[in-house]
Amino acid sequence: MAILVIAEHDHGQLNPVTLSTLKAATQLSGDVEVLVAGYDCKNVVEQLTKCEAVQTVLSVDNLLYQHFLPENLSLLIASIAQGYSHILAPATTFGKNFMPRLSALLDVQMVSDITAIESEDTFKRPIYAGNAVATVQCSSPQKLLTIRPTAFEKVALNRSAPAPVRSVPAAEGFEDSAFVSVQQANADKPQLSQAKVVVSGGRGLQKAENFKMLEDLATKLGGGAIGASRAAVDVGWIGNDCQVGQTGKVVAPELYVAVGISGAIQHIAGMKDSKVIVAINKDENAPIFEVATYGLVADLFDAVPELIEKLAEEG
Amino acid sequence: MRESMQYDVLIVGAGPAGLACAIRLKQLAEAEGKTLSVCVLEKGAAVGAHLLSGAVLETRALDELLPNWQSMGAPIDTAVTTDDFQYLYNDQKGLKLPTPKLMKNDGNYIVSLSELGRWLATQAEALGVEIFAGFAASEILYHADGAVKGVATGDMGIQKNGEKGDNYTQGVEIHAHQTVFAEGCRGSLSKQLIAQFDLQKDKSPQTYALGVKEIWQVESPHYSAGQMLHTVGWPLKNNTYGGSFVYHMANNKVAIGFVVGLDYQNPTLSPFHELQRFKHHPDILPLLEGGKRLAYGAKTLVEGGVQSMPKLTAPGAVLVGDAAGTLNVAKIKGNHTAMKSGMVAAEALFEHFNAGGTGGEVVAYEVNFKSSWAYKELYQVRNIRPGFKHGLILGALNAFKEMYLWPARRTLKNHADHAQLKPVGKFKPIAYPKPDGEISFDKPSSVYLSNTYHEENQPAHLKLKDEAAAIDVNLNQFGAPETHYCPAGVYEILKTEDGLPFLQINAQNCLHCKACDIKDPTQNINWQTPEGGGGPNYTDM
Amino acid sequence: MKVLVAVKHVVDAYVQIRLMADGSGVDTRGLKHNINPFCEIAVEEAVQLKEKGDASEVVICSIGEDAVQETLRKALALGADRAVHLKTTAQMQPLQLAKVLHTLVESEKPDLVLMGKQSIDGDNNQTAQMLAGLLGWPQGMFASRLELKGQELVVNREVDSGEETLQLKLPAVVSADLRLNQPRHVTLPNLMKTKQKPLEVQTLPDLAPSSYKILNVTEPAKRQKGVLLNSVDELLDKLKNEAKVVG
Repeated sequence: MAILVIAEHDHGQLNPVTLSTLKAATQLSGDVEVLVAGYDCKNVVEQLTKCEAVQTVLSVDNLLYQHFLPENLSLLIASIAQGYSHILAPATTFGKNFMPRLSALLDVQMVSDITAIESEDTFKRPIYAGNAVATVQCSSPQKLLTIRPTAFEKVALNRSAPAPVRSVPAAEGFEDSAFVSVQQANADKPQLSQAKVVVSGGRGLQKAENFKMLEDLATKLGGGAIGASRAAVDVGWIGNDCQVGQTGKVVAPELYVAVGISGAIQHIAGMKDSKVIVAINKDENAPIFEVATYGLVADLFDAVPELIEKLAEEG
Repeated sequence: MRESMQYDVLIVGAGPAGLACAIRLKQLAEAEGKTLSVCVLEKGAAVGAHLLSGAVLETRALDELLPNWQSMGAPIDTAVTTDDFQYLYNDQKGLKLPTPKLMKNDGNYIVSLSELGRWLATQAEALGVEIFAGFAASEILYHADGAVKGVATGDMGIQKNGEKGDNYTQGVEIHAHQTVFAEGCRGSLSKQLIAQFDLQKDKSPQTYALGVKEIWQVESPHYSAGQMLHTVGWPLKNNTYGGSFVYHMANNKVAIGFVVGLDYQNPTLSPFHELQRFKHHPDILPLLEGGKRLAYGAKTLVEGGVQSMPKLTAPGAVLVGDAAGTLNVAKIKGNHTAMKSGMVAAEALFEHFNAGGTGGEVVAYEVNFKSSWAYKELYQVRNIRPGFKHGLILGALNAFKEMYLWPARRTLKNHADHAQLKPVGKFKPIAYPKPDGEISFDKPSSVYLSNTYHEENQPAHLKLKDEAAAIDVNLNQFGAPETHYCPAGVYEILKTEDGLPFLQINAQNCLHCKACDIKDPTQNINWQTPEGGGGPNYTDM
Repeated sequence: MKVLVAVKHVVDAYVQIRLMADGSGVDTRGLKHNINPFCEIAVEEAVQLKEKGDASEVVICSIGEDAVQETLRKALALGADRAVHLKTTAQMQPLQLAKVLHTLVESEKPDLVLMGKQSIDGDNNQTAQMLAGLLGWPQGMFASRLELKGQELVVNREVDSGEETLQLKLPAVVSADLRLNQPRHVTLPNLMKTKQKPLEVQTLPDLAPSSYKILNVTEPAKRQKGVLLNSVDELLDKLKNEAKVVG
């Protein structure tokens, strides 16, 4: 039986989370098909034909899917669901929106936010905000899964011959909900809990003004959010809406840069699921280095300006 | 105008004393077919959240209060099996001593006070007591004639800068004919009540100890439910009063703690670190190795005995439990005496209402308490703790004399703990070993296991009366003792941009132990109630 | 407009969980529980709709053992009108919960169902969407703003790329995200008054077993300690060529 992956895209570009979801799909047995539902989304279809993991690209190009309304997407996928052993989507606000609805339509208890695939029917997923990991088994004939993108690598777009494309008819439309508008978040200043890059400061910064330096670094890293340890919030250098940790925000960006943060367990609880953690601290015994992917034992007042400068040179 | 609610009896604090008082009041009312409204306010987010004790329970008071507790599902099922007492010479050697008769525990039970409190609350609620957890009594209200009228709960939603936030909610007034202060050791309102009515007049100052406690899940052949051990000696010097407790609870859990008398002199002493290094003693370590620390907490306890017990009544108010200083330090137990005081208070209050009284001072409570078994056992041991003023050896000799030979007729005096610290220059600072992350830990990772939370955007609930004293006195003379004794790392000395030291108060870490309110050398730190629901969330302490 | 709010009773957000020694699950005995934070926001929103005159009645429901009544009382103290306790000892999965709620919706006939976007124990983020699917109603998930315009509801929702606005015909299902509002504090007098508010208990029939089974629950894998680098250059090189997080 084949596996169906639902692509996330903006009609013009494929969202890389799809490549991670495809990676998860390759860990199951069966041909992988990917569905591109959108409007004027040929470019996305074409990108996916280059993907080594994909056997067939399914395409539905219809105004109904212009805004990815979950009511329409779930009706569409339900109409083609038969014959697939697994249906996968990324565990993003895109996938989380329609997959449970689809799950209800198909009368299948789905599995959310998978971080590891153990077998065809057994998966790992975090519960209690990542404080525990559940291994769950799903005995329904069909499995509906959302995949946490940061837990899987991305498949390559290096297929020698393009994958075949099959056009799929649109399903009936849902009448009672309508898209009005979307306000794109300011890409330079993303929200802390949703940012791909977070640069956080702690007591090592010594004063409030030095957070400016972190803002520069975040900008150079392609637009990141600013975070802080509670210690920095407590002394009043930055507002508590920036606090990362057990009692602040829990973040899991692609890149987390901890500057002058010792790494108390309360802080680590709020960022330990970040994909890459960089720690800059002059105390080599700081606990932050226990969780850092890359640690730099250095005076932050030397290292951070140097980093900003070198990123700018390449910019 | 604040909203107000009216009850017959208001009890501040849902601990063993307050809940025993509530239960007894309702039992008496029910027996005589009277209506009596009883309200209990608890600052913890839930009943039990702020309860911490060893604990070995002597069931005498509970037997009187709820004789059928065994069939009522009370969480009291680990009977004490063995009861050892050890003197540790140094970090390697210990000597088993005969267990002093007051420390014998036949017929007692190893319990979690937090669990017991939750169970007592269920019993109280079944009798119609209204318990409100998550509401901190922050202010005593007085009638025009000066009698206690009740309390007010704190406002919620005041921001760090002192301004009202979006979800600001004004506190409410709770009025009652009689208000029972059952706040536990060094209650913030009890302290005000004692000052307001001069209840400590002609008494010794109250004295205290700080206990730090952990709960471990162990996988050791040395574990055996019901076993208990107390030690004295190392790692404390013989001139410091204190010791450890190791209680084997059910289900492979062990409660391990360390108690240090707050009359210690060396300002660099840290009870938290004493516990950390104690766990590495070869007589203790094998029990913990391979185990996992589950919980951490800290709390002060009263040690002053009868000579420090304040007058127990004021117009419209009574003091019960640790707020009244009812702990039996020689037995290392206070739950049974606390409960008994609550029950005696309930009986006196009920009698008072029955006689048509409402407000007024219920002096019968103190009279009755003084003729109760609880007071008798406290009176009997009154000279043991003060005898340790001159160190462990003399203290032990005095205790032996008091218990086995000829008890003194006079009563030894206590001295205020905060006045005992000596300047930091007189001591070599205690160098505590670095934690290993397996058996011993640092303060932040410990506080993490206390589930402590305070709404972040609120003013610090620890107030300095004089900001300058934190540096001029505390730092310059005593080397900032609060940075050492605070078991939660609330206090830190930091430097400003100009390199000047200042005291940083990380109030969110606070475990509500009250050590700072007690031990600060100039009594400059005032512990106030934070927003209701803040503080630790103990489940099995 | 009648609003139904489904809420969950969960281990308090600030309490550390412990795992069962045999790995069979999470040991929640004795731990402080509370209303799920997202559900509390949903209740607050419903109460605000009532205060604005948009909602005529706010009904709260919760599924579980008797302990959930504590959370129902809190919701009543926040300003809901009445509560329904759907009593069961079963550990239910989201689709089962959605089906139970579906039945309740058919008898209560609300115009709007408000829920939290996810519970902080299971972290599934499914039940509201499933309920909307079962009912065939429009859905507005992860809402950060609600406004009633006649028979339609304007919903702003938090999405990864920013904020989206939808217009939904009632009846609809909406799930609350963190920024929708800041719930008020429960006051003592309001907590007292909950005793006068109706709390109906309905015992749920036994369920068909779920196809979903939790095999075990373990501690998360400890994060591997990485490498210590010697220079900013080395760091940049790693970020670009190894981690590929810098362009």
